[in-house]
Amino acid sequence: MESKYILSVLVEDNSGVLAKVVGLFSRRGFNIHSLAVGVTNIEGVSRITIEVIGDELTVEQISKQLNKLIDVIKIKVSRSDELVKRGLLLVKVKISSKNRTEVIQIANIFRANIVDVSQSTITAELTGGDTKLNAFLDMLAPYGIEETAMTGMIALERGTNVLKA
Amino acid sequence: MTGAQMVVKTLEENGVTTIFGYPGAANCPIIDRLPGSAIKHILVRNEQGAAHMASGYARVTNKPGVCTATSGPGATNLITGIATAYMDSVPMIAITGQVVSNLLGRDAFQEVDITGATHPFTKHNYLIRNGLDLPKVIDEAFYIASTGRPGPVLIDIPMDILKKEYDYPERKKEPIVIRGYKPIGMGKAHEMQIKKVAEAVKASQKPVILAGGGVVLSNATKEFRHFVQMTGIPTVTTMTGVGVIEGKSDLNYGMIGSHGIKSANMTLNHSDLVIILGSRLGDRSVANAAGLEKRTKLIHIDIDPAEIGKNIFPDIPVVGDVKDVLSQLEPLLRDYKVSPEWKEYVDRIRSDWKVEEETQDNGFVNPRYFVKKLSEKAGSDAYVSTEVGQNQIWVANNYNFSDPRHFITSAGFGTMGYGLPSAIGASVASGSTVISVMGDGSFQMDLPEMGTMRQWDIPVKMVVLENHRLGMVHEHQFINYKSNYYAVSLEGSPDFCKLADAYGIPSMRISENSEIDKGIDALLDGKKSFLLVVEVDPFEPTGGALNSHYLPKEDK
Repeated sequence: MESKYILSVLVEDNSGVLAKVVGLFSRRGFNIHSLAVGVTNIEGVSRITIEVIGDELTVEQISKQLNKLIDVIKIKVSRSDELVKRGLLLVKVKISSKNRTEVIQIANIFRANIVDVSQSTITAELTGGDTKLNAFLDMLAPYGIEETAMTGMIALERGTNVLKA
Repeated sequence: MTGAQMVVKTLEENGVTTIFGYPGAANCPIIDRLPGSAIKHILVRNEQGAAHMASGYARVTNKPGVCTATSGPGATNLITGIATAYMDSVPMIAITGQVVSNLLGRDAFQEVDITGATHPFTKHNYLIRNGLDLPKVIDEAFYIASTGRPGPVLIDIPMDILKKEYDYPERKKEPIVIRGYKPIGMGKAHEMQIKKVAEAVKASQKPVILAGGGVVLSNATKEFRHFVQMTGIPTVTTMTGVGVIEGKSDLNYGMIGSHGIKSANMTLNHSDLVIILGSRLGDRSVANAAGLEKRTKLIHIDIDPAEIGKNIFPDIPVVGDVKDVLSQLEPLLRDYKVSPEWKEYVDRIRSDWKVEEETQDNGFVNPRYFVKKLSEKAGSDAYVSTEVGQNQIWVANNYNFSDPRHFITSAGFGTMGYGLPSAIGASVASGSTVISVMGDGSFQMDLPEMGTMRQWDIPVKMVVLENHRLGMVHEHQFINYKSNYYAVSLEGSPDFCKLADAYGIPSMRISENSEIDKGIDALLDGKKSFLLVVEVDPFEPTGGALNSHYLPKEDK
């Protein structure tokens, strides 16, 4: 049974680590749905958040293989719904003087920020889970989406649990 | 102290006495510091040989073998040797020179991203950016290569760092701590799982032990043999497990797999419980893992958690070092003995499928009979390496190994060109008799290393089983490609005896079974190299007389 999993991976902040982690996925023909990398509050430790769709056994095998990498310090595999997760979307929409207000209203409903505006386009930013981001894009589609940029999801476990290096 | 001096000093501190290598501009600073050090550099004829020699050296000593090459093509030539070591979990340190730091990524002369290239088949690798890291990295590399599940580690060092002067960093004697790597404590297995194993063994009627290379890697041969004797459980092995139970032991039922023996596979398939010890169950050992899962209960014991559930799903998984697990199991099964009915049953399978070897003279030497004779005459101190192909299977199934570390073969990666260089490494490491059994195909991947043998006076005994073909592919084309023999003839090969003579190595050719004794005596005589060319029937089947009646009489 396939479902969406999130792998939170703490790694040594060395050059080439991301390539090693990502390489493991491609070698096993396993698709990465989204990916986000950044530094953490711990010095020398980066956090890679990987969203994958797969069955439990495959995800477990991937996580074991990742654990074998010397630069990987810790891994936590979670079902997507056990976490608070957020991504950032930037979207540039085509507008005219007639429908500019409509688009701004939609953005307001989603609590998106308008970060740039021109005679013929509006650029909005929105953070949220992927359902929210996709719903926003669906609403904007009829106006004509010129360009989008989206980050991978980042995620933290709900409650008191902490992933320690 | 220069970076190169730090490398040499740290290698010495890690007990290295031999490096197999090939110099070039980028690793020359290291080569330059070797004279006067405790380390002997053995110049090979191709970098691939250096990696294989380090591998053979490591298999014998159970310590990481060290090889070095220059950047670019030197480094890529090492690759086959590194991958071979990775697949058989052999500890190895490969040190490559790299172009100077400020040219990295600019397609400089002899530049290649060797850490990127080798990542999929090294246990770990390093590209050095700061020379002061060198001692720490080299210490870590030895630690990583030799602990847990062993494997190769590559260290890539830019030339400018090797040449630059540094203050040698103060060295702490504390144990190495790598936060992403904790092999210690992986040893002892969970007591609960151990109990389950003991209960499952007691409850089973028809248990079988399947032993792999993990038994050898954990140095558990002694404990393993004690366990087998104590419980009386019939034992089969994978190729890397050959020798963990003595060839002539009554409880040894042989090697399983596509090239194992029929009775070993049957023993496995007729069981109701398989205790898998230190094996990843590659497809060549168990082609149909799902079938085995259905038929029988499975206990899988391995040090690498990632092996559990990778190729086969066990009923009882146990993560732990084989040696520790056996010592944990021993007290629980001290009173257990396998049922006589089951022992009789598997004994009958073994005797039913026993084949009497053809020993009459017919213009060819029977390779299985030859290997059996070689085994009798060479004695238990001798090491034997093989190539890959029919020669490997003939040795694995017919040589009577008394110690698994004496069988040196590329089991997982199946590398032709491994046999002779790994034998050279084994000879340097052991000083004992080392016999390299090859085919005439694989021998021609090794030829230049005869120069290495001569230069460094390494007395490897070479056997070439000559059938003027790539025998195993030839057989494959016969069985699976309607005898469409193509690209398997080795026409144009030289007279190997003349070639040996050119290297100053004595030789002999035999082509009858009655000449075997004479040939082997000449081969084993004295502490010197020798080449014995053995004429083998091109249609000699790998599996022996069992399926020989399928074969046509003549080569078409």
